Amino acid sequence: MTIDAQTFAGQRSHDEAFSAVNKEQLQRRHQIGKVFELLSIASIMVGMLFLIVLLVDVFIDALPWLRPQLFTEFPSRFPERAGLRSALQGTLWLISLTALFSFPIGIGAAIYLEEYAPKNWFTQFIEVNIANLAGVPSIIYGLLGLGLFVRSFGLGRTLMAGALTMALLVMPVVIVASREAIRAVPSSIRQAAYGLGATRWQVVWSHVLPMSFGGILTGTILALSRAIGETAPLITIGALTFIAFDPRGPFDIFTVLPIQIFNWVSLPQKEFHDLAAAGIVVLLVVLLSMNALAIYLRSRFQQRW
Amino acid sequence: MSISLDIKRSKREKSISADGYPESVALEVRNLNVYYGPFKAVKDVTMDIYARRITAMIGPSGCGKSTVLRCFNRMNDLIPGARVEGEVNLHGQNIYAPDVDPVEVRRRIGMVFQKPNPFPKSIYENIAWGARINGYKGNMDDLVEESLRAAALWDEVKDKLRQNAYSLSGGQQQRLCIARAIAVRPEIILMDEPCSALDPIATLRIEELMRELVENYTIVIVTHNMQQASRVADYTAFFMVDDSRTGYLVEYGESEQIFTRPKDKRTEDYITGRFG
Amino acid sequence: MAVTKLAPQGIERGSLSASKRQRAAGESAIQMVLFLCAVVSIGTTLGIIYVLLQETVLFFQQVSPLEFFGDTRWTPLFASQRFGVWPLVVGTVLVAAGAMVVALPLGLLAAIYLSEYASDRMRRTLKPILEILAGIPTVVYGYFALTFVTPLLKQIFPQTQTFNALSASIVMGIMILPTVASISEDALSAVPRSLREAAFGLGATRFEVATRIVVPAALSGISAAFILAISRAIGETMIVAIAAGQQPKITLNPLESIETMTAYIVQVSLGDTPHQSLAYKTIFAVGMLLFVMTFGLNLVSHWITRRFREVYE
Repeated sequence: MTIDAQTFAGQRSHDEAFSAVNKEQLQRRHQIGKVFELLSIASIMVGMLFLIVLLVDVFIDALPWLRPQLFTEFPSRFPERAGLRSALQGTLWLISLTALFSFPIGIGAAIYLEEYAPKNWFTQFIEVNIANLAGVPSIIYGLLGLGLFVRSFGLGRTLMAGALTMALLVMPVVIVASREAIRAVPSSIRQAAYGLGATRWQVVWSHVLPMSFGGILTGTILALSRAIGETAPLITIGALTFIAFDPRGPFDIFTVLPIQIFNWVSLPQKEFHDLAAAGIVVLLVVLLSMNALAIYLRSRFQQRW
Repeated sequence: MSISLDIKRSKREKSISADGYPESVALEVRNLNVYYGPFKAVKDVTMDIYARRITAMIGPSGCGKSTVLRCFNRMNDLIPGARVEGEVNLHGQNIYAPDVDPVEVRRRIGMVFQKPNPFPKSIYENIAWGARINGYKGNMDDLVEESLRAAALWDEVKDKLRQNAYSLSGGQQQRLCIARAIAVRPEIILMDEPCSALDPIATLRIEELMRELVENYTIVIVTHNMQQASRVADYTAFFMVDDSRTGYLVEYGESEQIFTRPKDKRTEDYITGRFG
Repeated sequence: MAVTKLAPQGIERGSLSASKRQRAAGESAIQMVLFLCAVVSIGTTLGIIYVLLQETVLFFQQVSPLEFFGDTRWTPLFASQRFGVWPLVVGTVLVAAGAMVVALPLGLLAAIYLSEYASDRMRRTLKPILEILAGIPTVVYGYFALTFVTPLLKQIFPQTQTFNALSASIVMGIMILPTVASISEDALSAVPRSLREAAFGLGATRFEVATRIVVPAALSGISAAFILAISRAIGETMIVAIAAGQQPKITLNPLESIETMTAYIVQVSLGDTPHQSLAYKTIFAVGMLLFVMTFGLNLVSHWITRRFREVYE
């Protein structure tokens, strides 16, 4: 059998009509492609480079201030005597209270939407609402907290007001994460439970919640880790930047770690900037731990069904 | 017991043989082996695809016919972990040689897929896109019309060229995909089960189209429909899969011979429906 | 005898209905509680609108909307008060625009790389990096803008002020990049493989397939990502509060100090502005404007997604 290029003479050779298939044009098309590929890798590299430079810069600035006094001292006019004591306690209090308020309501809302809600316009309205709330800037939540909790509820600029504000802020995150976890429970389990005559709440309490527990826990921890880094809403409700005592309860005025960082970086002296860097290191370590915890819990509670 | 054959194809190829010239080879396949990672999907395929003929590849599911087809235009390159050994020679040149550009191979060897996949663009744009990418310098309107005529679609869409391609029926979309493939003037058209997503009437139209196209193009078609292969194909290759799920070529020859006087018992078993 | 043995001990027909009624009542109560939890979200939205609206209305009783939207000086905290909001809006838009110059192209390119070029392994390694970038608190970014980026800019452009829009823009852009990349990548991945195969089959290079088939096919998702990014940039607070300045002015020069709407709210909140004063009400008026802008953008983004959701059939 011969390979005969003449057999294609019956069909017009159109190679000359396609200018971009000759050798050099093809080369150029490939070159353009290569340049583009490099540019697109570069975009990711820019992000990565930025991250590395940021972390290194922060760490170097923070180094001399990473010592026990950072945790034991209150803020002070003198950098050598300044520390995160009140801020860390404030953060701890705030996160605990935020969790206390947001988890039951957020998880409850998720259960309602996944297990109980009828498919009507009102349910859809709720869902659209939650999606929109997730996109509202955090400082608006601060204004809400200021007008509602600080003023109307008369709570003043206390931990309570702050926690309620933060609870509303992280609620959409809790709801979305919990819904995903609940949705992941296979319907066959529910069917089996219903088939045995269980009521809806019994199905939820005895089967759905235990099985989605891992996912819900992970989601809530992630929500909290977002709350820890929030600054704007708390400034707006009046969390102060200079608190030099241990908080005495949920109705006390307070400050939190990111606000302390903000305060120090706003001061002119370089020492305070470096103190801010030290605060950032502490903040990042806390966040890292929380995320690591969430990942660990996610794998620990990973159900295989 | 033989299946009834419906030999509707024209006898024009016989006139070439009458001239005494042997069949010209469009594509030489030599010792083709395909691996997906460690798994050997196809082993040792050797066959000649003849120019301006319709060659069908048949066989049970999973026997590697689509894999082999995709080797002919280096589509398997796009699958991570896929590896091809052996030669596929176009004009005597191995398309898998290291200095060969797969982009160029794919323009010369076009493909029509199982499920019609027109671009989310207008009918006109679907056809013009491929030509434009390859730097077509001529009159685009003419090219679009020519391609649509060749795909027997022109009369149905000539008044709605700017409409979205998804407004067409399944059969029309597939003919659009054929027109799209033709627009870049390939030498060979590969068709991977082109009718399996279509109704019987649309299928027949595509089969008629194939017989028209084969006057200018070499066509290789994968099909799991034996009747279709016997209807349209000049040559038929029968594949099977062995115990380790590796596909291989059992028998290859003129369709008439394969379907009436198969040389291999396994071929006979398949076409008479004893298995598969 | 056999029949009575089937019935559980001690339960007659009457008490069966009673306990069933109790259970039903309990169930209703639980459902109501859960429903109320879900309704909290509506309450939140209503609360936001109410709080903002109330103070804004009070504000506009003392300052005419004409002045608010017409004047070009913003000096509510000075003795001679002017309430033209444009300096804040221009400052916000200036920073946001700069951030978009960074975030949109880089984010889209990153998404194209992850979706069209990267192997599975590369994707698994690179995506977490982007997620980390997205998880860093904004106050950290603000710190970096002020203490690292600004000094760097001063070396390149000596006329750069200590507080300037450009620093904040660059850093904000990097912060928003992961969001753009993530949403765009989802949109690109949703484009079916069959379209790419068809394009490759016609002899196109990977670049041509990615930019001339896949990206156009994912356009609505990518547009939604872009609009969401703009919304985030407008609403971002800490980076600008730390690095962009507190000088409201109408300027297009990114090397100057400006003030954004969000930074102004922070400035007042940190101060001693009395609650009944007009200056206090301004933060709600500005907040209302901010809310309307971001809410509007989010609505547009969702509308685009729904209306132009690509059908690939």
